[in-house]
Formats: sequence, structure tokens, C-alpha cells
Amino acid sequence: MTQLTEEQKLTLDMVRDVVQREIAPRALELDENSLFPEHARDLFAQLELLNPLLPAEYGGSELGVTTLALVLEEISKACASTALLLIAQTDGMLPIIHGGSPELKQRFLPRFAGTSKLLTAIAATEPNAGSDLLAMKTRAEKKGDRYVINGQKCFITNGSVADVMVVYAYTAPDKGSKGISAFVVEKGTPGLVYGRNEHKMGMRGSINSELFFENMEIPAENLLGPEGTGFANLMQTLSTNRVFCAAQAVGIAQGALDIAMAHCRDRVQFGKPIAHLAPVQFMIADMATKVEAARLLTRQAARALDANDKSAVLYGSMAKTFASDSAMSVTTDAVQVLGGSGYMKENGVERMMRDAKLTQIYTGTNQITRMVAGRALLLQ
Amino acid sequence: MFTDSEEIRIATETIRQAARERIAPVAANIDATGEVTPEVLSLLWELGLMTLVFPPEYGGAEQDQGTLLCLAVEEIAKHCAASALMLIIQAVGSFPLLHGGSPELLKRVLPRMLENRELAAYLVSEPGAGSDVASIRTTAVREGDEYVINGTKVFSTNGPVASVYTVLARTSENGRNGLSFFLVERGTAGLSVGKVEKKLGQRGSKTSEMYLDNVRIPAGNLLGEENKGFHLAMKDFDMSRPAIGAQALGIAQGAFDQMVRHSRERKTFGQQLCEHQMIQQIIADSATKIEASRGLIYRASALYDKGLRNTKLASMGKLFASDAAMQITTDAIQVFGGYGYMQDYPVERMFRDAKLTQIFEGANQIQRLVIAREILKDAV
Repeated sequence: MTQLTEEQKLTLDMVRDVVQREIAPRALELDENSLFPEHARDLFAQLELLNPLLPAEYGGSELGVTTLALVLEEISKACASTALLLIAQTDGMLPIIHGGSPELKQRFLPRFAGTSKLLTAIAATEPNAGSDLLAMKTRAEKKGDRYVINGQKCFITNGSVADVMVVYAYTAPDKGSKGISAFVVEKGTPGLVYGRNEHKMGMRGSINSELFFENMEIPAENLLGPEGTGFANLMQTLSTNRVFCAAQAVGIAQGALDIAMAHCRDRVQFGKPIAHLAPVQFMIADMATKVEAARLLTRQAARALDANDKSAVLYGSMAKTFASDSAMSVTTDAVQVLGGSGYMKENGVERMMRDAKLTQIYTGTNQITRMVAGRALLLQ
Repeated sequence: MFTDSEEIRIATETIRQAARERIAPVAANIDATGEVTPEVLSLLWELGLMTLVFPPEYGGAEQDQGTLLCLAVEEIAKHCAASALMLIIQAVGSFPLLHGGSPELLKRVLPRMLENRELAAYLVSEPGAGSDVASIRTTAVREGDEYVINGTKVFSTNGPVASVYTVLARTSENGRNGLSFFLVERGTAGLSVGKVEKKLGQRGSKTSEMYLDNVRIPAGNLLGEENKGFHLAMKDFDMSRPAIGAQALGIAQGAFDQMVRHSRERKTFGQQLCEHQMIQQIIADSATKIEASRGLIYRASALYDKGLRNTKLASMGKLFASDAAMQITTDAIQVFGGYGYMQDYPVERMFRDAKLTQIFEGANQIQRLVIAREILKDAV
């Protein structure tokens, strides 16, 4: 195993305890009733975990990418939706942390300090701009000391509950990737209209919203970084975030593997526990190998990010692709190991299988992450 | 298809059109409400599909029963796997009666099933006996001219709504050679419906526990010879497994059709999605698996129709088609991206439905053992 620091061990012990007492028992209910994990939001806030990557100078816990990845894995073993709450928190804060001017940071970041319960979101995806983000249609026009934003976003995690949101829009549509800018938008801004929250196959404990911007006016000083730097800023956040998606996938897979292994030891067929059957042993061996490999790759990517190493983009893409593909295959096999009872809701593995599918899709589909990795390997 | 039969061609066309026009529009609703609508059930009866495998004088097809069952299941499963399951379970639940019931029993029960449109259910699995059928604990004890049955069955498709139950129970302590099939009719004292399961998919069918508490039935309700129930079950697998394979094939074809259509409609990076080579790879792999599945399944059913041994091909068809369906539905969501994960599109339902085909009528791990045994037996 990779050596953990004393601090990481302490953090993980605390998280494990909270997961066991407060998060695991509610996972089924969140999924069944599509409930936002309000209890987890309060708990994380009390534990000062709701601002995981916020620098200490702004009152954040500044966990670092590696530690946060470990925390997310731990939470995802029990409830991937609850982990997604924390991932969304980093989504909204990272663009400001990475790209905001000192003034902008000073205006917004301290609000998330300590036990703040404020939520954030990142709004980039549009109905016709998923993998192809440059196809976005949302426009921001400068009028005096304001920007006026018009457009539409979809699938935005925590979109309708976020207090502070980073929105991407074209300021110069003819300039392609150099024409997109990022803006900080606060809840309650006139012209910010919430559409419906989506009905999803899995991760049902997280909110994904449609957002409409109808002549939404924001102060010019809410521009994040210089005009035209939005796309680079978004890519920087996504390359960090892929590692969190990978950590979430590792956690989902480990959670499903744990349930499958317990079942193998308990379930008696053909006169003995099915743990004694060679085909079952082979399945478990393959599942565990994938989980372990995905975990190590994810940690490698996380360490590269913490070290600001340029290999981070390659390892991040590899980790996201491999961990999510592994999670899909491991959860599908976990349902198989449980047989008919795995197909039933009460055992939890079918939820993990539904949750796992999203990790192959968000923060860049695995087609995009493969392209990123392939290009990094072949063309750079 | 591998037949020049004009009758089969016409039947296929009729079923295809009915499924497209009258089942496809309600499939999402069937999943959401957990019930195949009375209109769809009526349609299946009117088309003669619920009695396809009955003797011709009781509504069955004159010839090619196996092939016709597979075709009907495939065409319907393209749009709604739960509706297709109605056909499968009607056949599977009736097989022990059709293949083991005395002429008097058939004369008494089959006309009534036809007349009242009664459903059959198959009560074999138990809490401690899934893949390991020989571990069945439900007992049937002869008392005078009656049998008294006691036990608990699980995962009974159509358990809550069936009128005719074929029950596998222990008649002697001789492992798999101590099991017998019985016909138990709805309303018999001591037969009751237990917990109705909440499932990942195929939610339009009701799956429940069934309790048999001192259920007394006439001795004439014994199906086949006493203690030969296991062999009867094995024989029925030769037709039920191709039918499950056909359901998987239909689900895969349905998801594939959606995937191809979406890839033509959706534009990314300035071209249709289907023009991207990485999407073409997915389309080509999926189509190859579908064609291979089709070949196995219809060869297995053609052999069955000719009265030839098909055990190996039946298992191969079930194994290959269900694994293919799981892969193809997973990839179909991937091609849809975020949209595929939303319940507004049918691919997420197909993904959930596909998983069951890897599990029921013998988990795929059991199919592999059957195939290997068939091969090794011939090699000796």
C-alpha cells in the first residue's frame, strides 16, 4: 500500500467514522427518493470539509488533491451521490482559486471559510455542447460596467441549489477557445432561471439542473480572469476534477466488491460457501485486481497534480478512464455474484451499478479522456 | 433469420408492427408504474403469443414453436423487455405442465387458461437454492390421493398475478433425483404471495416471494414422474434459454437502433457523431455481437423445433446474447452521453433490463459449465 501521512490517516479515520454512522445508513433512501444529501452537507460543514481545496489563507481546509481523493473514495464506498456533493464543491471553487484576481478571490472565497454551508457549481455543459464545449451558445456582452448573459445550461450538478456558480460563456464567439470567458454568478441574480431537475438512472442523491440565463446582468468585476481565458480555466478545473471522478469510481467499485465478497462467504450453494467455487474466485480476483490498479493509478494522478507535475493531465485522463471502466465492470459483476438478490434494490449493488455508469460519462466522456491521453502520448 | 418459411416471415412482420405501434409508446410508462398494461397483455393474447408453445388444439403454433417464440420475444424486447418477459414466463411456467401433465390435466387446465387468459408462473428458486437447484427444501408429501406441499419460493415472476403455478418440490431425500414438479392453482388454500421485490429493471413484471403452507393438491397434479422433476427442468431449459437469449438480443437490438439514430442526429465537433471513428468502432462491435447472438439463438431454436439436441447451443445463445446485451446497452448510454443517463431516453431502461438476462434461467457462470460439460462429454 501507498504510505499515508499521519494527517491523512487522521482525516480518513474521521471520514470513515462519519460514513459508517451517518452516510451509509441513508444511501438507499437518498437513491430511492432522489433526495439531496442535506444531512451530509451539514456534517461536512461542521467538519470543515465542505471547502476541501480552499486554501487556508481564505479559511479553507486545503486538503490537497491526494487527500481529497482518498476522502472521496471512502465516501463513495457507501454513497457515490454524497461524494458528488463534495466534488461539486471543488468544481465551483477551483476556477476562482486558479484564475481569479486577488480582488475577486477576496470577494468570494472567504464566504466558504470554516463551517460555511454555501454550495457552489460549475456551469459549462449545454444541450448541444457536451464533449464539444466550444459549441456552447451562451453569450456574455459587456454593457458599461455590467455583463449581460443569455443562454442555457444543462445537467448542472447542484445548479439549482448553488449559492455561487461559475458560468462559462462566449464573449468573442469568432475566437473559438480564446473567446470564452468565465463569470461568477450569485444565487438570486435577476435573469437566472431554474429549469427542471433531471430524472436520472443513478447518482439520484445529487441534483442536476437546467439553467436559463435571460438577460442576466452581473457586475463587470465578476469576470473571472481576463476575457478569453475561460476555456483554459475550465480545462484546468476539469483536469483536476477527473481525478476526483476516478476516486469516486474506485470507491464505488470497492463498495461493490466488499458486498460481493461478504456474499461469497455467506452464500451456501452446492454444499459450501460459493467462495469455494473456482469461477467465483476468478471473478473476485479480476474485480479486486481492477480496483487495486485503478486506485494506484488514481493516486499517481493525484500526486502529480499536487506536485504541479506536467504528467498530471496524462495520468488524470488514464485514471479517469480506467477507474470508471473498472467501476462499471466490477459493479456489473458484483450484481452477478449476488445473482437474483443482486438485482433487487435492498442489497445496494444495483445502485452502485447505476451510479458507476455516470463516472464513464461526466468530466469528459471516456472517449474524450482517451483522446486526451492518446494525444499526450503520441503528439506531445 | 435462417428460414425461408413464408409463415414465419409474415408472423415476424405482424409482431414487429404491433410492438412498434402498440408497445413502444407505453414502454417507459410500464417501467415507471411497474405494471405491464392490460392493453399490452390483451394484445399479446390476441396475437396468440401467450400460447405459442401450447399444443395446436389449445392455441399453439402448428410448427416452429421454438423459433416463433424467440422471434416474438425478440421483436417485443426491442421496445419493452418487461412485455417480452410475459411471453417467456408464460412459456417457462407452462413447460412442466405441457411436457409432464397427464392428458386429463391438460384437458382440464389448458382450455381454461386460454378462455380466461390466465398467466403461468414458475416456482423453482428458493432462498437457499438459486443456481444450486438440488438444494431445494420445499417438500411435497403424498397423503392418500393428495400431495401436501410446504415451503418458500423466491423471485417468482408473475407470482402475484398468475393463476397457474408449476412448483418444484422435494419428494425424496435424493438430491437432484428427489425433486418433482406439481401444478398448483390459484386459490388453493395455503398458497400466498409474499414480499413483492423492488428491482433494478424489467420492472413491468411483478416478482415476489411465494409461500406454500400445507397446500393440498390432487395427486393427478403431479407433472411427469415422481423424482424426475430435475430432468424435466433440464429439458425445459433447452427452450427457455434460447428465449432468454432472444430477449437479450431484442434489448441489444433496441439499444443499438437508438444508438445509431442518435449518432446520426447529434452533431459534435462540426460533424455528425457517427462520423467520428471512435463512435464507428462502438457501432461495429455492437452490430457484430448482435449478429453473432442472432446466429446462436436461432440455430438453437431451429434444432429444438426439429427435435434435435440443442443443450450446448441453447446455453451458448443465452450466455453470449446476454453478455452482448449488457455491453451494448452500456455503450448505448455512452454514445448518448449525459442524455443517455436521463430517464427521458429509453437506453438507461434497456441497460437496467439487460442485467437480468445475465442472471436468470441459469446465471452465465452456470451456462459456461453446461457448455463445457456438453463439449467434454462428447469428447470422451
